[in-house]
Amino acid sequence: MTALIVNAPFVAVAALACIGLYIMVTQRNLIKLVMGVTILQSAVNLFLISLGYRSGGAAPGFTHASGTLMVLPVPQALTLTSIVIGVATTALMLTLVILIHRHTSETDAEKSRRVKG
Amino acid sequence: MMSIIVRTMTRLVTPAVLIFGLYVIMHGHVTVGGGFQGGAVFASAAALLLAAFGSERIREHLKLPDLTVISCVGALLFAGLAFGGLGKTFFYNFLVGSPLFGHVPEFGPTHEDIWTGGVIAPMNIGVALNVVAGLGAIMLLMALASRNKGDKE
Amino acid sequence: MARRVFTGATLVLVAMMLFAVALAMRPFGEPPSAMDDYIIQNTQEVTGANSAVAAVVFDWRGYDTLGEATVLFTAFTGVAMLLRRRKDESG
Repeated sequence: MTALIVNAPFVAVAALACIGLYIMVTQRNLIKLVMGVTILQSAVNLFLISLGYRSGGAAPGFTHASGTLMVLPVPQALTLTSIVIGVATTALMLTLVILIHRHTSETDAEKSRRVKG
Repeated sequence: MMSIIVRTMTRLVTPAVLIFGLYVIMHGHVTVGGGFQGGAVFASAAALLLAAFGSERIREHLKLPDLTVISCVGALLFAGLAFGGLGKTFFYNFLVGSPLFGHVPEFGPTHEDIWTGGVIAPMNIGVALNVVAGLGAIMLLMALASRNKGDKE
Repeated sequence: MARRVFTGATLVLVAMMLFAVALAMRPFGEPPSAMDDYIIQNTQEVTGANSAVAAVVFDWRGYDTLGEATVLFTAFTGVAMLLRRRKDESG
């Protein structure tokens, strides 16, 4: 049971990933599918950030710092890149949803499968 | 186009959001923040204006060719500074020790000094221009494409 | 009906695997940090910046930031190309 308290950020990552996967598999509305992908990307970003924590460390900057025990700076840089790529992917997915609605006037993933000639 | 309370509060709040975004961009190499974070804060002011005033009124002031030019200038500034240190290697920090942004602090906690960082400080401005113009143009295009059929063209 | 049972069983299996991995990981707060210790010790004399995260994003790993700026520019170009307004269709 102490593993549940000590590893609480990793358990939260697993819960968010399960919620994102459940939404992506079972929902039929297209906007809800995009939301499920976004929740899964948030779970991965949280995992990257929580891998680089050192107990008792401060923010990794030397301006008015209180010591030299800091958290690791490299996972924070990788998470910045991942967030920006998530924004780009969400923008392109929502553009495709707008185009599907414009051509077939449906927002259901099952009904908009026929490609009209 | 929302009600008059929303429009008045937007007119009051938008300069404060823009100044805070500029502050986060400019102090990227001294403390937390930087080009991407400050660019996102700056673009949220554009999102506020689009939500409060509607895309018809904003389209006359934020034109799409101007946003394209700003985004390209930001990306070229960032890539051009990377080619600047090509004497030794790609992405070499050639401004450390020079009179522009060239103070070298010693190891340990220091006081704040904005003239440090080398080539990081102009790269922050280039990336911020790229992010602001890109996010603003994406939001404007999506708002224009999802109008209802009854609105005027 | 069988499709729903199959979907539910697969989701429960994936959830159990994720929780088992989350509980069996290395304790939170003790990462292996040989590379980051070197970066924290040498940032101020090699790059001259007072912030370790800005130095890592633009100097120690600047190539990743170049790829990220390209991805953002490509997304902007893709959206602008897909949502053009044509003169011969309405709306």
